[in-house]
Amino acid sequence: MFLWFHRLGSARYFFGLAGRLTPWLGSLAAVTIVTGLYLGLFVAPPDYQQGDGYRIMFVHVPSAWMSMFIYVFMAFNAAVGLIWRIKIAHLLSTAAAIIGASFTFITLATGSIWGKPMWGAWWAWDARLTSELILLFLYLGFIALQSAIQDRGKAQQAGAILLLAGVVNIPIIHYSVLWWHTLHQTASITKFGVPSIHSSMLAPLLLMWVGFTFFFFYLLMLRARALILEYERSSRWVQEAGAVK
Amino acid sequence: MNSAFLTLLRRDLLLAFRNPGDLSTPVIFFIVTVTLFSFAAGGDLDKLSTIGPGVVWAAALLSAMLSLDGIFRDDYEDGTLEQLLLAPSALSLLVLAKILAHWLSTGLPLIAVSPVLGILMNLDSNSISILVVTIALSTPVFSLVGAFGAALVVTQRKAGILLSLLTLPLCIPVLIFSVLAVMASASQQPVGGHLSLLCAFLVFSLTVAPFAIAGSLRLMAGD
Repeated sequence: MFLWFHRLGSARYFFGLAGRLTPWLGSLAAVTIVTGLYLGLFVAPPDYQQGDGYRIMFVHVPSAWMSMFIYVFMAFNAAVGLIWRIKIAHLLSTAAAIIGASFTFITLATGSIWGKPMWGAWWAWDARLTSELILLFLYLGFIALQSAIQDRGKAQQAGAILLLAGVVNIPIIHYSVLWWHTLHQTASITKFGVPSIHSSMLAPLLLMWVGFTFFFFYLLMLRARALILEYERSSRWVQEAGAVK
Repeated sequence: MNSAFLTLLRRDLLLAFRNPGDLSTPVIFFIVTVTLFSFAAGGDLDKLSTIGPGVVWAAALLSAMLSLDGIFRDDYEDGTLEQLLLAPSALSLLVLAKILAHWLSTGLPLIAVSPVLGILMNLDSNSISILVVTIALSTPVFSLVGAFGAALVVTQRKAGILLSLLTLPLCIPVLIFSVLAVMASASQQPVGGHLSLLCAFLVFSLTVAPFAIAGSLRLMAGD
């Protein structure tokens, strides 16, 4: 177990492993997302209040889950990288940052597209949307910090510290925004808080969530492989692999 | 209190007072920004009193961030920071001394001028006193959080914008509860809860931040 963990830390081994995993992750993501979309867009019945408009949920909600999951994933990798000095862990959080920021942006975009017909406005300072916006700022701060520091090792470690500080702050920010919203906002916003969701809608939602998770890991492996090649371009095994092709 | 702490505190305060320009810039920025907002709002006193607390708050936050940019960089460039890293006393304590000196030289002036700005923003006297209390409770938090960001970008020469991007999202909770407290006092509601939360933020950041800052400095300027 420990030996495997140790081998996983080697860039060359991880490059090969990621290369073998990529087609599996990609095809699993494609199958689940296509099935989920089919069930969500064609099979699931229209909502009794929102009609067909609610169907954007099948993209919006899984993206929101992913945006939070990826931040925690990055913070976990940051902790692993700082504690055990594993370079691959730092590399994974660097690789995940842009994907996470994209999922956050998709959440915000689909949220405001959904909000226009349902709330009557593109943007409401709803607690969840506001937290999501702040999460986007946290992602952008991480990306900006890493690209500003020239020395790669320092950039990765500084980013890791920032991630840990961010993950401590996320619950604080979330609850502050929630209280601010409930105390401050006077206009009543129709929340779509349906007490229980019907299984014909829940099944595609869960499928999309699983599919987005596979899709994230697929993209992560692609980006990690590209970053490994870039970082290790002067090492012998990369140059030999390049000479063969 | 150990002597290295006091020596560093005295040195930083002395440096601040020998550079009156650096000392006064955050306060002047604070006043000018708030004045700009009253022009932008069209000088309507009713409108100003509704947005007043928010404006004074955002301006205070921005001027604190601007002054924090160089808190460790000057020391990094002239080699003082290296000596601090090598010093036998705990780095987190030395960091705390620097932050305290920074707060005394830039935070206190902000607190001192905030009642005047409250009058300019047409706040009633009760709200103004709450405004001063919230600014007094939160400027130390800004100094602590901002110093964390400044430690991460200590090797960057022009990092003002990056520093704001890193630290402003972390300051949002403080901003929220400070403005809520002022607004609650304007509508005759109890403010104790908001003030307790601000105190909690202060205690939390005072406990955690010095270690995070010391770790970041060791990492960024260590070798």
